[in-house]
Amino acid sequence: MDNGKTLLGLLSQGPSHGYDLKHTFDRFFGGEKPLAFGQVYAVLARMLRDGLIAYVGEEATGEAPDRKKYMVTPIGREMLLGWMFTAEPPSPASRSDLMAKTVIALLVDEDAQRLLDVQRSAHLARMRDLTKARRDAALLDVLAYDHALFHIEADLRWIDLAAARLDALRQEIAQR
Amino acid sequence: MTENAIITARGLRKSFGPTEALRGVDLDVRRGEVLAVMGPSGSGKSTLLHCLAGVVVPDEGTVRVAGRDVTALDEAARSRLRLAEFGFVFQFGQLLPELTAADNVALPLLLAGTPRGRARTAAHAALARLDLAGAERRYPTELSGGQAQRVAIARALVTRPKVLFADEPTGSLDSLAAEHVLTAMLDLVREDGTTVVLITHDPRTAAHADREVIVRDGRIGASSGMVA
Repeated sequence: MDNGKTLLGLLSQGPSHGYDLKHTFDRFFGGEKPLAFGQVYAVLARMLRDGLIAYVGEEATGEAPDRKKYMVTPIGREMLLGWMFTAEPPSPASRSDLMAKTVIALLVDEDAQRLLDVQRSAHLARMRDLTKARRDAALLDVLAYDHALFHIEADLRWIDLAAARLDALRQEIAQR
Repeated sequence: MTENAIITARGLRKSFGPTEALRGVDLDVRRGEVLAVMGPSGSGKSTLLHCLAGVVVPDEGTVRVAGRDVTALDEAARSRLRLAEFGFVFQFGQLLPELTAADNVALPLLLAGTPRGRARTAAHAALARLDLAGAERRYPTELSGGQAQRVAIARALVTRPKVLFADEPTGSLDSLAAEHVLTAMLDLVREDGTTVVLITHDPRTAAHADREVIVRDGRIGASSGMVA
């Protein structure tokens, strides 16, 4: 998740300061891992340097340690829309690891089926945990859980297909 | 045998002609658990469900349900057992099109000899539990896919079965309808303590279960989830 662009989007709602932005971020996207204040201020400083946001003054709020208020510039808005309407590539990290393990297992004559089973069980267990947490969650959280669930499901489909193709894969690998 | 198992299957083998559908399955289903049975098409999972439910007799092996050897019963006794103690839900609700929702739900009670008035009252209550109060007089063609599946679930649960066998119960529905139907079904069975054997190829459906087993080439493969 691109925290910088997300903060830029939150700031697009209207002028705000780091303290409020951090709490708004956590409310929508924090989940189990709230954003660190330091990260918010670092992102704001970078966006200010790049002209994506502008300083609009200070506000005495009492609780906020840094009361500098910012707003999004037209350049920032353009950047935000560019990010918003550009498709994300699917995350390849976990899949490529699993693919490497599978190919190596076949190369060294280890039990590839077993490693796929292990991964499948772990994925299903994770899906069960997410489904349980999702049961009484607010709709906004349900949306986030669904996103995670569908991604794990995609990996599971790959695992099932790879498992069904192990014999053919073994033959092809032997011929390379 | 796992303590507190309501179903215990040992050494199940079943062939259809030259095809070996089950090749030595051992399985315990714990009382009150929701067990998902997963596996690729043709892996033997439906045959396994049919053997556990006494629909099909295995060539070898035994199935005990609440201590009783189902494989030793004759067809008439297995039929009585299915009617009294099991509920069934399939991918396509298989409601009788000429009967109203309430009459579809009342059917298993009437077949078991329950007086008509009592069967009707129980059917209305079962429909209400699935959020279908007001739909009692509708015919299956007048129901949405999700509603028809909920009627099928009401029919399966109206006899208060010990075990509910569900074969891809949400397989014909879109994601949101499937979610509603599955949640409604599982809320009720968990409330009643009913054991569920749920066949699905869909991981998101299986994720609602307490545990899953994978059937592959007629055998039970990997398994994960709640430990008794």
